[in-house]
Amino acid sequence: MVDLTVSLSGWEIANPVIPASGTFGYGKEFSEYYDINCLGTFSFKGTTLEPRLGNPQPRIAETPCGMLNSVGLENPGARHVVEHELKEMGRWFRGRVIANISGFSVDDYVRAAELFDREDKVGLLEINISCPNVHGGGLAFGGNPKTAAEVTREVKAVAKKPVYMKLSPNTGDIPGIARACRDAGADGLSLINTIPGMRFDLRTRKPILANETGGLSGPAVFPVALRMVYEAARATELPIIGMGGVSSARDVVEMMLAGATAVEIGAANLVDPFACRKILSDLPIVLQELGVTRIRDLTRGGIS
Amino acid sequence: MILTILENGPIAKDVWRMRLTRPAGEKGLPGRFLHIRVPGKYLRRPISIAWTGEDSWDIVYKTVGEGTRRMTALPKGARVDALGPLGNGFDPAKAGGAPLLLGGGVGVPPLLDLCRALLEKGVRPQAAFGFNTAADAILLADFRALGIEPLIATMDGSLGIRGFVTDAAKALSFDSFFACGPEPMLRSALRSFPQTGYLSLETRMACGIGACLGCTIETNEGPKRVCKDGPVFAREELRWSI
Repeated sequence: MVDLTVSLSGWEIANPVIPASGTFGYGKEFSEYYDINCLGTFSFKGTTLEPRLGNPQPRIAETPCGMLNSVGLENPGARHVVEHELKEMGRWFRGRVIANISGFSVDDYVRAAELFDREDKVGLLEINISCPNVHGGGLAFGGNPKTAAEVTREVKAVAKKPVYMKLSPNTGDIPGIARACRDAGADGLSLINTIPGMRFDLRTRKPILANETGGLSGPAVFPVALRMVYEAARATELPIIGMGGVSSARDVVEMMLAGATAVEIGAANLVDPFACRKILSDLPIVLQELGVTRIRDLTRGGIS
Repeated sequence: MILTILENGPIAKDVWRMRLTRPAGEKGLPGRFLHIRVPGKYLRRPISIAWTGEDSWDIVYKTVGEGTRRMTALPKGARVDALGPLGNGFDPAKAGGAPLLLGGGVGVPPLLDLCRALLEKGVRPQAAFGFNTAADAILLADFRALGIEPLIATMDGSLGIRGFVTDAAKALSFDSFFACGPEPMLRSALRSFPQTGYLSLETRMACGIGACLGCTIETNEGPKRVCKDGPVFAREELRWSI
């Protein structure tokens, strides 16, 4: 028997396989395909304080071994999620979930974090700092250590639940951002977000996405994600939720060796609604092959 | 679910028809789609169901890109990973006594399954289809086999009336319409016809099950997902400035 339990800042979850924000909605659609209570938890759709309609169509473009999306954080707003989605969620998921929060000002993050921090259904707050700062010339909060630390500090000041900062890969300095978040009080890190990219339509000679650029995800980003998780793990002792192109049980193991405590699965859910269940059923077999009896022993196992 | 290919061959210029095994179960509404995994491509391809047989589904697809071109290489007997039928289709119960099936190009296929569903309810639809040229015309024999003679318009006049199908259909008398085709045709239908209308939309999709919000459009009833809430929408829902 293989022990799959892992602990995220004291929150013990049944296994480290976690559907990633933006690829799993609020869980309901997937519960029509399988009983999602087999999952440790899941990270719900990125939510902002105010509702957002998102970007115009088209929002999806295929790439070699992956995809681009420019959904643009379409969501019904934090109050709606607290009053509806979270309240209804018990019908298809018994456990607690990860609240993924986005914002366009420090105040946005703080007010949304306050709302979700009060909810029993929420296990931890995952703060997406890839968003542009409207008061900072549109530069992403996660693009430099100073603004990353500022969001961390202000959210930590209002939150009792663990706060995990979700880092953008759009920086040359993952170790610096990771340390800045740690020094500002973050309980953990979560990375990577999607990588900016684009595709053109040869006939129209224009970008396929109406937003022109979008975030790359899928197996194409997996080696980049591993490298960044590894850098973050070497820079800090914080627990890390690793993600980026993870598509198999072996990828989960690799991500944990690079430093992850738990692993989020993103684009794979969009290709196969059963992806997480399949990874979860493969995981004990792969671990047995590797002679691993407790999955948490893998975390940081590849860091010399 | 894994389906087996029973047939896969061309039926017009760059248009192929594939027959797949259908697991036992309710036929459901016409106008829904299968979300098909193509070898070597990352995302699935959403393709509407043209015909629901007793134990088979027919899909008709245009070879517009690499993914659909790879589908043409799949031989009889090959196995296909598909989800579906997905989405919200055409409801024959919403047809009046005299519905029109309005199709453009590879938008025609789901109207075939709808045509059969209407006939099974005792409602006899008219049909008007537009194609660029005679070589693009598809499924006319299938409609004729159901006893429906479609009115045809082609842009170059090589088959039927020359011009837009939405202009040609003005000669017909009908009390509701079900439309599937290119967006300019759908917009033209809304401008031309005040009748009750249901329109099938197309967008780029990822998951196909309503989770990723890759296909959301704004409607008069708030944001809706083309894959899950659609692809068929009532005209009142659409917020198109026609």
